[in-house]
Amino acid sequence: MAQSDNFGFGEEAALLKESARKFLGDNFPTDRLHALVAGDHTPERMSDCAWEQGLWQQMVDLGWAMLAVPEKAGGVGMPLVAVAGLVEELGRAAFPCPLMSTLNSTYVLSACGDAGLPALEEIAGGSAATLAITNRDGSWNAADTDVHCRDGKLSGSAWYVQDARKVSRLLVSAHSPAGLSLYWVAADAPGVTILPDAIVDLTRDQAHISFEQVEATAVSDNALAALHQAMPAIWTTLAADMVGAAEWQLQTTVEYASTRQQFDHPLGFFQAVKHPLVDVMIQIDQSKSLVYSAACAIAEEPARALQDAHMAKASASETAAYASGRSVQCHGGIGFTWECFAHLYFKRQKHSQMLWGDAAWHRSRLAQLLIGEVA
Amino acid sequence: MSDQARKDTPQQTEFRDYCRDWLQQNRPSEPPVRLPLSPLEIMTTEQLDYLQTWQKSAYDAGLIGCDYPQAVGGGGRTDCQRVANEEMIRARTPFLPNVIGLGMAAPTVFYHGQEALKERLLPRLFSGEDIWCQGFSEPGAGSDLANVQTFAERSGDKWVINGHKVWTSLAHFAEWMILLLRTDKSHKYDGLSYFVVPIRSALGKGVTVRPLIKMTGETGFNEVIFDNLEVDDSYRLDELGKGWQVAMTTLLHERGAGELQTPRAGGMKSKSTHATNSANLIDLARECVRDGKPAAADPLLRDRIMQQVIREAGLAQNQRRARVPALLDHPMRVQLQNKLLASEIAQDTAALALEVEGASASLYMGDEHAPAGGQWPLAYMNSYGMTIAAGTSEVQRNILGERVLGLPKSK
Repeated sequence: MAQSDNFGFGEEAALLKESARKFLGDNFPTDRLHALVAGDHTPERMSDCAWEQGLWQQMVDLGWAMLAVPEKAGGVGMPLVAVAGLVEELGRAAFPCPLMSTLNSTYVLSACGDAGLPALEEIAGGSAATLAITNRDGSWNAADTDVHCRDGKLSGSAWYVQDARKVSRLLVSAHSPAGLSLYWVAADAPGVTILPDAIVDLTRDQAHISFEQVEATAVSDNALAALHQAMPAIWTTLAADMVGAAEWQLQTTVEYASTRQQFDHPLGFFQAVKHPLVDVMIQIDQSKSLVYSAACAIAEEPARALQDAHMAKASASETAAYASGRSVQCHGGIGFTWECFAHLYFKRQKHSQMLWGDAAWHRSRLAQLLIGEVA
Repeated sequence: MSDQARKDTPQQTEFRDYCRDWLQQNRPSEPPVRLPLSPLEIMTTEQLDYLQTWQKSAYDAGLIGCDYPQAVGGGGRTDCQRVANEEMIRARTPFLPNVIGLGMAAPTVFYHGQEALKERLLPRLFSGEDIWCQGFSEPGAGSDLANVQTFAERSGDKWVINGHKVWTSLAHFAEWMILLLRTDKSHKYDGLSYFVVPIRSALGKGVTVRPLIKMTGETGFNEVIFDNLEVDDSYRLDELGKGWQVAMTTLLHERGAGELQTPRAGGMKSKSTHATNSANLIDLARECVRDGKPAAADPLLRDRIMQQVIREAGLAQNQRRARVPALLDHPMRVQLQNKLLASEIAQDTAALALEVEGASASLYMGDEHAPAGGQWPLAYMNSYGMTIAAGTSEVQRNILGERVLGLPKSK
């Protein structure tokens, strides 16, 4: 099966990306982000989950939260390349919202066949959701969970749950008598306790969740298959966010390097500053191309999806690390302070780097695919 | 149906079918001599004869110069060179020897030469009967190309040229040279002019070509000395003092970012060709033994090989994204990275291959035990040619920083 020359990124996708950029540029400039999330600078602060719910509601009204929901569940059914374009813009704005978590839940539910439809209809109706599928060790293997289901009730705990306080629904993986199963749970159901983590990243919230005899709706008894099918989209979506954030880091640092004068020249005159910034750009472009190629493969050539998505997330994690380091370093002293906005993205990228597997994790799986087991 | 064929226009489909048929019936026979890695390392007339014969037959069949007008010896088609290239590569034909002519001289002459000159020069360039070389770099003008000192002094209708060019690949076989020189010593950039110069006919009469030997031990490039060479004013491209602008056309095409597609072939697989890519690196890692196990079992090497796989894939997908304006923040941003990325990725892949080889990385081409015939140490050394030629990686980073990111110009 051949893929589209243009990744399948058509006019509609271009319009969506452009309008997202404008919407966020108009409504959520970086100083507003800083004012919103950077109130408490103390290292021992608790995570206070500050976000603009009004703006998020506008996004929901624009249909952005249900873009990936199939049409038969009342969604828009847009291809992943279009979604990636939107997410890239959200990453550029570092906008705190449960879009990515809701998308991730959508991918998994869409891989559950008809059993996923009722939950998808709720997402299409405006409910935000997140995945609670990670164990205490932070394992990114889909089979690992610390939640069990007995007699239709969930017990145990899920860790590293993203946006837990911004969503109303949880998609939980649990060991059940049938194997590994998926459950759809209201975030405020009796027996669910959300325990916020105190995290480095100011633009996100994360929690661990305890389940005590929680009544849950079973969605699938083959969670492993659904999760494996959804993972490439989950990695690719996160990589798109990281590419957008890295572009903000690049452009902001270029702007500073063009104005700040030392030794009678703007910093960017000196090749010791110019060349690393070019290298940041080169890495961003590699990652960005790999993101859209993976997104296209997921829709058009599923046999390549897994390897292409591993490449996209591995590449984006390296890019995020490098762009973050250079963005602070090239700002010099001011870059090291709380008042400079660079740290907001630095921290968001650090969070994204490890989330759903860091670069080395993805490369080791890619090696399994391309080289295989060698005795 | 191949991936490319699915997107063809009707004209391209017809042309593709034609190319495929022709290549099936006219694929050149196995070379009688060992071929070099690229046209730039052609050393003997036997090699050149074989490759020139192939280029001439491909041109006569219409597979070269497809998108140039018929008046200058082209095929008068639209966007068909790409098709011919894909089919030549698919048919694994040998590479085309007149690489500098096709890739750099042809578009430059086409965009900046007078009609009569184009009509005279381009047909024999396309056919490969005239080999071309490039006279840009000088001992004192490398990265600072605009510092060329080769000087042309006007003498009636003629110009008298004196100077010294270096790194001139193929000059020992070339009939013609594209030549960047100075016609005015008082202006650095605006004092430059651009000529095409017949050099073979002037050997011993104003032109001396001497081979330079590369660090690999191979020959292939040269220095060229001009001693009162007299040329006609009709060999000048564009206006006097516009040499720098003309040179930009050449460099854009040299770096793979130009408008006119370069004829390319060179898919022939034989012992003589060896691609510096991660697929070959993986094969190597399966064969080489490290601590009693295949190197491909070593987790650290696997990780580093995957880094190269990912960079290569990123470069390939960049080319695809370069054609999707909605996914580009700056129109030239991705194209201008091609040369830099391709050369640095290949260099790192070759360097990693030598680590994979371990002790056997010490063995060179004359050793029967050398893995892959000693091609990896050769490729590693040659990779520095790629990161230096056509604008060093450092100059490429300046260009990207200044033209794309808008950073202040470095001295």
